[in-house]
Amino acid sequence: MEHYTMNLTLKVWRQKNNNEKGSFETYQVKGISSEMSFLEMIDVLNEQLIVEGKEPIAFDHDCREGICGMCSMHIDGRAHGPWAQTTTCQLHMRQYKDGDTIVIEPWRAAAFPVIKDLAVDRSSFDRIIQAGGYVSINTGNAQDANSLPIEKQKADDSFAAAACIGCGACVAACPNASAMLFVSAKVSHLALLPQGAPERKERALNMIAQMDKEGFGSCTNIGACEAECPKGISLDNIARLNREYIGAMFAGDK
Amino acid sequence: MSLNSKIPAGSIQEKWTTYKSTCKLVNPANKRKIEIIVVGTGLAGASAAASLGELGYKVKAFCFQDSPRRAHSIAAQGGINAAKNYQNDGDSVYRLFYDTIKGGDYRAREANVYRLAEVSSNIIDQCVAQGVPFAREYGGLLSNRSFGGTQVQRTFYAAGQTGQQLLIGAYQSLERQVALGNVEMYARHEMQELVTIDGKARGIIAKNLVTGALERHSAHAVLICSGGYGNVFYLSTNAMGSNVTAAWKAHKSGAYFGNPCFTQIHPTCIPVSGDHQSKLTLMSESLRNDGRIWVPKKQGDTRNPNDIPEEGRDYYLERRYPAFGNLVPRDVASRAAKERCDAGYGVGASKMAVYLDFKYNIMHKYGKAEATKQGIAHPDNATLYALGKEVIKAQYGNLFEMYEKITGENPYEVPMRIYPAVHYTMGGLWVDYELMTTIPGLYALGEANFSDHGANRLGASALMQGLADGYFVIPYTIGNYLADEIGTGAIATDHAAFVQAEQNVQSRMEKILNIKGAETVESFHKRLGKIMWDKCGMARNEKGLKEAIAEIQQLKKEFWSNVRVPGAINEFNTELDKAGRVADFIELGELMCVDALNRNESCGGHFREEFQTEEGEALRQDDQYSYVATWEYKGDSEFELHKEDLNYEIVHPSQRSYK
Repeated sequence: MEHYTMNLTLKVWRQKNNNEKGSFETYQVKGISSEMSFLEMIDVLNEQLIVEGKEPIAFDHDCREGICGMCSMHIDGRAHGPWAQTTTCQLHMRQYKDGDTIVIEPWRAAAFPVIKDLAVDRSSFDRIIQAGGYVSINTGNAQDANSLPIEKQKADDSFAAAACIGCGACVAACPNASAMLFVSAKVSHLALLPQGAPERKERALNMIAQMDKEGFGSCTNIGACEAECPKGISLDNIARLNREYIGAMFAGDK
Repeated sequence: MSLNSKIPAGSIQEKWTTYKSTCKLVNPANKRKIEIIVVGTGLAGASAAASLGELGYKVKAFCFQDSPRRAHSIAAQGGINAAKNYQNDGDSVYRLFYDTIKGGDYRAREANVYRLAEVSSNIIDQCVAQGVPFAREYGGLLSNRSFGGTQVQRTFYAAGQTGQQLLIGAYQSLERQVALGNVEMYARHEMQELVTIDGKARGIIAKNLVTGALERHSAHAVLICSGGYGNVFYLSTNAMGSNVTAAWKAHKSGAYFGNPCFTQIHPTCIPVSGDHQSKLTLMSESLRNDGRIWVPKKQGDTRNPNDIPEEGRDYYLERRYPAFGNLVPRDVASRAAKERCDAGYGVGASKMAVYLDFKYNIMHKYGKAEATKQGIAHPDNATLYALGKEVIKAQYGNLFEMYEKITGENPYEVPMRIYPAVHYTMGGLWVDYELMTTIPGLYALGEANFSDHGANRLGASALMQGLADGYFVIPYTIGNYLADEIGTGAIATDHAAFVQAEQNVQSRMEKILNIKGAETVESFHKRLGKIMWDKCGMARNEKGLKEAIAEIQQLKKEFWSNVRVPGAINEFNTELDKAGRVADFIELGELMCVDALNRNESCGGHFREEFQTEEGEALRQDDQYSYVATWEYKGDSEFELHKEDLNYEIVHPSQRSYK
């Protein structure tokens, strides 16, 4: 693969904190290698800003291998940028060419308030999990793992839903800022397994109730969440969540 | 202070059972009056916080990330070991114990390791009960694969995302306890100082990373579960935020640090591509199940790897270690890769890489098996390849995609290029059998402690240890201490010790901000990493280590006189947070070199060039160094050595052989 360097114009959302208004600032970065990751390019800009005596851009990131779910940039209007099934930290600069302009914003959703610049508060997701995204089993209560055979297909489907990294790209991509894909991934992960069965109905009802309480919007079947999800979480999960929810609503024994 | 490892009496099989039956207990009513602080929410921290919350203790958990689910345990790929013997291939608690002691090159404590092997099965049961979606066979039962340093299949996995699934299981249990009010969660908070009163751990000073405010939190016990310190090398497979600060502050408050120089260099990582590199990415050890490692037989061979015929390839691990082949332990595999590259056989632009090639197994192992299953009598090569590729994809798909995103090359077509990188630290806070440090009431769990892996950790054992410590060890051992704390009552945070500790943190931050020098934190971190990698990395020698110590002391001076950190204290200031972490890494780096210099032998991941066999294998000096090197902080650049002798009653140390 041919490597090259490029000069870029970046329009970055700057916001001092949640109380103050934000705006775009324009920066030039030079000599960016096509082998860099997108966040390494931001590192270069930040080093440059510090040397110039300016404040670096605050952004969330940690593992830089696409699994922790902490990075969260809206790049040129797309959650995690232009590559399919890729987090921002795994996007690489060979996507861009010399002279490009890139617009970088934080996740935008009422339930994800901006903390500073590109960093947002996603604790609403933790509270949704607290509402029921677990199996109520205390340490030490478990039976032998192989005493519970699970159909391979079901286990694989459950794993596919459990691959969600909780980054919030689904919310950021959705015009309604709905968290249905996130909630449905957790409900599906547990509903597909026998371990999740005893609390299945309450889980669906309580997690949806918490989602609404946090101020996430409703799902209108647009599908942007699935398109932008870095882990390829399928819309089928939302269909399953709707079935779980409706079933639970009308069940007499919940 | 003399080190008392508190190993229970009795045969190795009975120690833990005896301990559990005789340790002190805290009754449920008293548990509600006792507070516990857990620092870090990875596998060890989240499992401990959840389990202690379930027991009824009042728990406060802290993590620097925006959610406990982000802790770097999440990035563990390959799997978790357990002595289930589901495969009927001769595994047992004893074998797992033996493999771990041998893999650690006879520098781990037998009693702890035996306990680890004993509880390993419970971990799998617990995780499955939580809904962790491990890989399964068509019959619905759990699947296993092989990892390095063993000859049985005891590794449970969830594709290449085992750490993620285990952590989410622990995180969900933790969030359940948060919902029940048993755990208070403090995300975006970082421990800055340990508070001790009358010699006992009584709390921490934490910084709210969003507002910059310092907070005092008191407790009857403090658990350090903050992971390892691989980022001292700047480039490692750790997350960007992974740091040693909590453990280092505990060390400076009196907790001894065990075997700091024992670092694991993982053999299969994506090689460095340039100076801009911010971190390195692991390609799971599980890939060595199906990938064969080779370099060209000709030095400086620049041909496309697919154009190099079989007879032109040197499968050097299979050649040197026929019994274990590509599945030798990590330290052995890493050194062998370095040896080939140093000798001029490396590949890729930097010549610091070797090939990890899946074609053989795609075609001959999986392709053939699938063809037989589908009744294809004489499959051509293209058919074999297509069939085998699907099997490989199902097992490692996410890793192959990650490789392609980073390098732009398709590893199904072209062999992966890999090179060793810093991955894990076996050293850490010294703990006794109860996981208590040398400060009463202060515990260390998971990678943050030194205890179970000796001088080299086997693959799929970190997840096992983190969860063993959190789910099945600390819930018992902490009671033995807290039983004597039931009359203590709430600990006031206006005590002079809290005031002083908070003042220390405040002045340190002010000092850093007021330097207003010319060099960025990042630049200091990179310089430290280069010293450490060059002189305290995969190969070390006396001269280099002495130079490194002098260079690090000089670097520390420069840091404290020339670092530039913008912004203020009372705001979200990631540069200031990073500066504090790098300052601690600099101090730790010096101790690592001091420890490496002290240990005049090679063992596991610690390879002193002066001590090697004729074949270039690590040469231990059991008569002189069969001990845990435990360091006490005595002041700036002053560390005093204490030794915990290692007594091998069951496994007799011998020259490790994987041939």
